[in-house]
Amino acid sequence: MIKVTNLVKTFGSFTAVDNISFEVGQGEIFAFLGPNGAGKTTTIKMLTTLLKPTGGRIELDGLDPAVKQNEARRRFGIVFQDPSLDGDLTAYENMDIHAVLYHVPRKIRAERIEFLLNTFELWPRRKDLVKTFSGGMKRRLEIARGFLHTPKILFLDEPTLGLDPQSRNQLWTEVRSLNQSEGVTVFLTTHYMDEADRIAEQIAIIDHGKIVAQGSSQKLKQQTGSDSLEGAFLALTGASLRDEKASSADQLRQMARMWSGKR
Amino acid sequence: MSAIYILWLRELKRYFRSRAQIVASLGQPLLYLLALGFGLEPVFRKAGNGSYMQFVAPGVIGMTVLFSSIFSGIGLLWDRQFGFLKETLVAPVPRIRIMIGKALGGATVAILQGFLVIIACFLVGFRPRSFAAIPVAILFMVLIAIVFASLGIAIGSKLENMQGFQLIMNFLVMPIFFLSGALFPLTNLPKTLAAITTLDPLSYGIDGLRAALIGASQFGVATDLLVLGCLSVVLMAIGSYFFSKIQL
Repeated sequence: MIKVTNLVKTFGSFTAVDNISFEVGQGEIFAFLGPNGAGKTTTIKMLTTLLKPTGGRIELDGLDPAVKQNEARRRFGIVFQDPSLDGDLTAYENMDIHAVLYHVPRKIRAERIEFLLNTFELWPRRKDLVKTFSGGMKRRLEIARGFLHTPKILFLDEPTLGLDPQSRNQLWTEVRSLNQSEGVTVFLTTHYMDEADRIAEQIAIIDHGKIVAQGSSQKLKQQTGSDSLEGAFLALTGASLRDEKASSADQLRQMARMWSGKR
Repeated sequence: MSAIYILWLRELKRYFRSRAQIVASLGQPLLYLLALGFGLEPVFRKAGNGSYMQFVAPGVIGMTVLFSSIFSGIGLLWDRQFGFLKETLVAPVPRIRIMIGKALGGATVAILQGFLVIIACFLVGFRPRSFAAIPVAILFMVLIAIVFASLGIAIGSKLENMQGFQLIMNFLVMPIFFLSGALFPLTNLPKTLAAITTLDPLSYGIDGLRAALIGASQFGVATDLLVLGCLSVVLMAIGSYFFSKIQL
């Protein structure tokens, strides 16, 4: 479903993604793990047409997103690391705009929105403005929205960041059940190794822009002789801390936190 | 079409739901209208130029439309990283339609805001020369709104951070306003200043509004229409070009 060959992205003299290749099969749950600044988000941006690769090839369902941009966009849904809901609109209105933008036929629109809002336990709050929602509810709404146009692939970029264990648990249960019932391929990144261990069938670990290991959680543990995925992750990426330079987006993110007081 | 419509509708819904913001954004135009309108009235009259309130009202209306429309575009800086806009950037809709929906929405809101200021002008004693002139004034408001919403989008697509926003505010938006003749007549100006004012797009908008509302014009309505019409096409094109090139 996703095929990446020799993908490269450089920013000036800095190589963010350095010649990576991987494949994700249809219906698979694939976790893309790595320390901060390893190139996870850059890779997702290239996969989702937000950033042009410097080199290499991407295929989403057989399409090159750089060439067939709109066809490729129709095939995936994405939940960004930063929120992308409109707080001044209601939950239902947020879903409705998405349905129009993704050409969901009018006949099935209302039905599909109701089904997803129910699945993510937001139906009773559909008429409330999103800015009154908790962090967990906003995330659930974003994920429900990602499923709205029945995509073939769903990208989740750190969807559980800042959520309590209850919300995280519930969120993954819902994602997994939709993965099974609709056969959606899920491509996720997370810093919570226990989540990746539990939910992902395939894992790739990226560090300094290069993929250092890939395979099932079982395989990664065996390869490194660790008894947990976290142990395997640390063995593969080292224990040193990563001090990234703050980008302009990071600075804005900091301001966003200052103003809103939460994520 | 449905994408343009729904994005336009979104801007309107947000506008009508933020009543506090509507009131807040009337503060500045009212201050100019009341403080300058009444404050400079005696001097202006003594200089033989008639009523300053009559003169400045079209300027304040133009200012309102300028600020409201240009900020709706510059807001992209925030919206593309932390807002809803990011969602529209990965949608299977050509970016130009998203840009048009956004620009028309921002322009419509700016025009509504302009209407409120027209009413405020009325309440403090401003009288247009005839009510038949109102549609022409609206046409100029629409042109000002489209020109500056597009300019705002072009800037908002390029800006990287909040410091850039301050720069744009102090070195572009405020000069556009102060050098447009919104507050003073463009006659008998020093040569350099006169030259600069003819380069300011808002000068033609204010001039058009003034021509319609009080029957005084520097450049002539035909020139005003021509300049703003051409600029709106050019800036719309530049805005959508930069917008289509946004990478995150």
